[in-house]
Amino acid sequence: MTKQVQQLDRVIIRFAGDSGDGMQLTGDRFTQETAAFGNDLSTLPNFPAEIRAPAGTLPGVSSFQLHFADHDILTPGDAPNVLVAMNPAALKANLPDLPRGADLIINTDEFTKRNLAKVGYTGNPVEDDSLSEYRVHALPLTSMTVNALADFDISKKDAERAKNMFALGLLSWLYHRPTEGTIAFLERKFARKPEIMKANIAAFRAGWNYGETTEAFSVSYEVKPAEHEPGLYRNITGNTALAYGLVAAGERSGLPVFLGSYPITPASDILHELSRHKRFGVRTFQAEDEIAAVGAALGASFGGSLGVTTTSGPGIALKSETIGLAVATELPLVIIDVQRAGPSTGMPTKTEQADLLQAMFGRNGEAPVPVVAPRSPSDCFDAALEAARIAVKYRTPVVVLSDGYLANGSEPWKLPDVDSLPTIEPGLATADGGDFQPFGRDPETLARPWAVPGTPGLEHRIGGLEKADGSGNISYDPANHDTMVRLRQAKVDGIARDIEPLAVDDPSGEARVLVLGWGGTYGAISAAVRRVRKAGRPVAQAHLRHLNPFPANIAEVLRSYDRVLVPEINLGQLALLLRGKYLVDVISYNRVRGLPFKAEELAGVIQDVIDSE
Amino acid sequence: MSENGVNGANGVNGNGLGALALVPKADQKQTLKDFKTDQEVRWCPGCGDYAILAAVQSFLPELGLRRENIVFVSGIGCSSRFPYYMNTYGFHSIHGRAPAIATGLAVSRPDLSVWVVTGDGDALSIGGNHLIHALRRNVNLKILLFNNRIYGLTKGQYSPTSEIGKITKSTPMGSLDTPFNPISLAIGAEATFVARTIDSDRKHLQSVLREAAQHKGTALVEIYQNCNIFNDGAFEPLKDPQVRDDITIRLEHGQPVVFGKDRQKGLRRSPSGGFEVVNVADVDPSDLVVHDAHNPDPSQAFALSRLDSPSFEHTPIGIFRNVQRASYDELLRAQVEEAVEREGKGDLAALLASGDTWRVD
Repeated sequence: MTKQVQQLDRVIIRFAGDSGDGMQLTGDRFTQETAAFGNDLSTLPNFPAEIRAPAGTLPGVSSFQLHFADHDILTPGDAPNVLVAMNPAALKANLPDLPRGADLIINTDEFTKRNLAKVGYTGNPVEDDSLSEYRVHALPLTSMTVNALADFDISKKDAERAKNMFALGLLSWLYHRPTEGTIAFLERKFARKPEIMKANIAAFRAGWNYGETTEAFSVSYEVKPAEHEPGLYRNITGNTALAYGLVAAGERSGLPVFLGSYPITPASDILHELSRHKRFGVRTFQAEDEIAAVGAALGASFGGSLGVTTTSGPGIALKSETIGLAVATELPLVIIDVQRAGPSTGMPTKTEQADLLQAMFGRNGEAPVPVVAPRSPSDCFDAALEAARIAVKYRTPVVVLSDGYLANGSEPWKLPDVDSLPTIEPGLATADGGDFQPFGRDPETLARPWAVPGTPGLEHRIGGLEKADGSGNISYDPANHDTMVRLRQAKVDGIARDIEPLAVDDPSGEARVLVLGWGGTYGAISAAVRRVRKAGRPVAQAHLRHLNPFPANIAEVLRSYDRVLVPEINLGQLALLLRGKYLVDVISYNRVRGLPFKAEELAGVIQDVIDSE
Repeated sequence: MSENGVNGANGVNGNGLGALALVPKADQKQTLKDFKTDQEVRWCPGCGDYAILAAVQSFLPELGLRRENIVFVSGIGCSSRFPYYMNTYGFHSIHGRAPAIATGLAVSRPDLSVWVVTGDGDALSIGGNHLIHALRRNVNLKILLFNNRIYGLTKGQYSPTSEIGKITKSTPMGSLDTPFNPISLAIGAEATFVARTIDSDRKHLQSVLREAAQHKGTALVEIYQNCNIFNDGAFEPLKDPQVRDDITIRLEHGQPVVFGKDRQKGLRRSPSGGFEVVNVADVDPSDLVVHDAHNPDPSQAFALSRLDSPSFEHTPIGIFRNVQRASYDELLRAQVEEAVEREGKGDLAALLASGDTWRVD
């Protein structure tokens, strides 16, 4: 049978199953195959915080969405064209997102009476006509896998567990994905369990072969590679990019990196990654708590290391007092907050942008801290470097606001030329024979000297008590305190002169509405702006990397448009800052669902704002 | 040091270097004056902290370390003002967190002699978690815990070492909670060096500091310190010439534990597993407990720490425990060195290109 091959320009696939079904791994592998093939891509893993939620239940559903295309794309996609549902819970949880006409691949083996009842199905949707709007491929994936592995010396349970590889093989056939990478991956992963390795590879191939021979699929799809700039590429998640950015900051500053961290979702992977790079002189310290983690990082900074701590919102709350100490002692410190849904424990695996005001103001006293936010998974690399640059140059703690979506999402990344990365000058103080002023200041940056222990002649004492301007001795003098409060603020404000101005994208030059975002919403906002422009409506877009201080030209940009729309995954935190600082009545658009924005939804909002002109 | 020293984790032994082996030595002989700052000391007149400060300042020249390679880190409280008066590097940090901050410093800088100055509230209440973890990790830190059994800087509330029933501003009808015994706590937290001394006994204090300074890993030195404003006379029996010799047990490694004006009292194992006080003349000398601070088994040191009582019937001072175990910072350095040795120094371009890559031409 010759099968038809259909050309597509983009596809959105969602793999969904029980959290024990290996959906994240399946998605990761399909992503790697897709990256290797040369498509542009963007991913959205979505999983419960529970390691093993009760099997077959709605809270236990884990999914991985991948958007890939023959052109450059910005988001993991709003709605899947293909849903792979490994059990009834996965079907029920994901069906509302599925547009009419989408492909639905269902593992019928799991659609037992018991599993159906668990999620409240009274009938079997595969057998009644409730799925008639979709192109349903009802396949007994588990039993086909077990049959394919009948000759292997493995347990039935192990054979059943390979069903995700069968599904991956089938999808790989369906979309013409290269398979070498996955086979090599399985060989590495199960190197110590050869029988399991062979079985998984066999399941993967069986899935591929099934696609090729079955009549259930008469068409396969091709998505041509995207045009990319020449260069060496890899796929990267936000957390890995942050870790690499920190290693790079160490290399480019000559400072040893010291990470103090306490495990917390969704930031722990940065600790895991950095702990593997000791040969760069990176020291990682898993502390007894969040407070000790930042304390040790600050102690290391006092000693001349690049002190770093990584956490999420609840951890920032605990670290606040030490961040204040870093402000008072004016020592470099990089604080990474991978934001998750709050308040309190909130939804640990779900994304949010609601820590902006905590990063800005969550300390006692006047304690200004620069804030930097990456816009995409690969941009986390540059954001980490930029945070380290500001921290070292201005002797200040700096907060990096990543989020759960950037942390676990991935995209292709063109590797930078290492030699062209910015260098960071530590500029450690040495004795010059004069009277040492630990709180004397560089006239341009207002930074104080970084005099590390071991430097002869510069012995001095620092601490959280107010210091006399210059000498750093304890001072309760009222005028001195006022001076010091203003100096610390002026130092941070002055960084505005040392960062890129806010760039506005307005190709037609006719836009009257500006969409202004920050951090991880860049992809969704940009995709929405494209749609609006495609529909013939001019709209301008700008995206903030620096939240404190804001770029020097921001007031001018805000005043250049009739309306400014600020979409945020919080209740309007950037909007509050902009209104308070610039007296511009921006339009705040907010959704706080633990998920990234959808491009279609934002496009509608932008249209409405333009129409209301 | 002990022949029975315990090796570090993963079979990695200590490299045999002492605590100060990597700290550069001063070129010239130092004196007490070298360690004084120009800052006015702001403790209350008569505070025990003055005696401790003077003892430390006059002891440090003995170590002969470069001043710039010594760091004092403190938390918050009266004692935590200490770094301002030491002409070394110093960090007056936040309440309870000094062991954490000092850990980051010591782990990243083996060429420093790092001292933590803390109090009973700072170390045992708000900072209790950091203290126990510093002790179990055995980071190269010397922790001086000034214990005055009261909150001084906040003007007189009871502390976690105050005796039960303590009448203070916050406990007008008497405190209800059982106090910590810092020595017992430290031994329970896997500390490798645990000692107690008294602010007013400079000779003893300095002898303990001497051993602590040379100890590789975390040393905890509890210093009984008088707060003459809010808890005056808390340790008076140990200072009163009339009674102190009768009730102070001066622990000396390798020596029988005997005390009393005429060294007439000693300790014997009691059938219950603890110790009982006996008249030396009444027992076979071989039944007397001999102090072994180097014993890897902490049971005896712990039992000695339990001899304390609020009534000061008998109070041991000196070094309870002093055993060898690889320090955390030393083990971490060894891992870094091993990683470099095994895979070579890091190459950033290679790191970025690790994993699956593809080239676009």
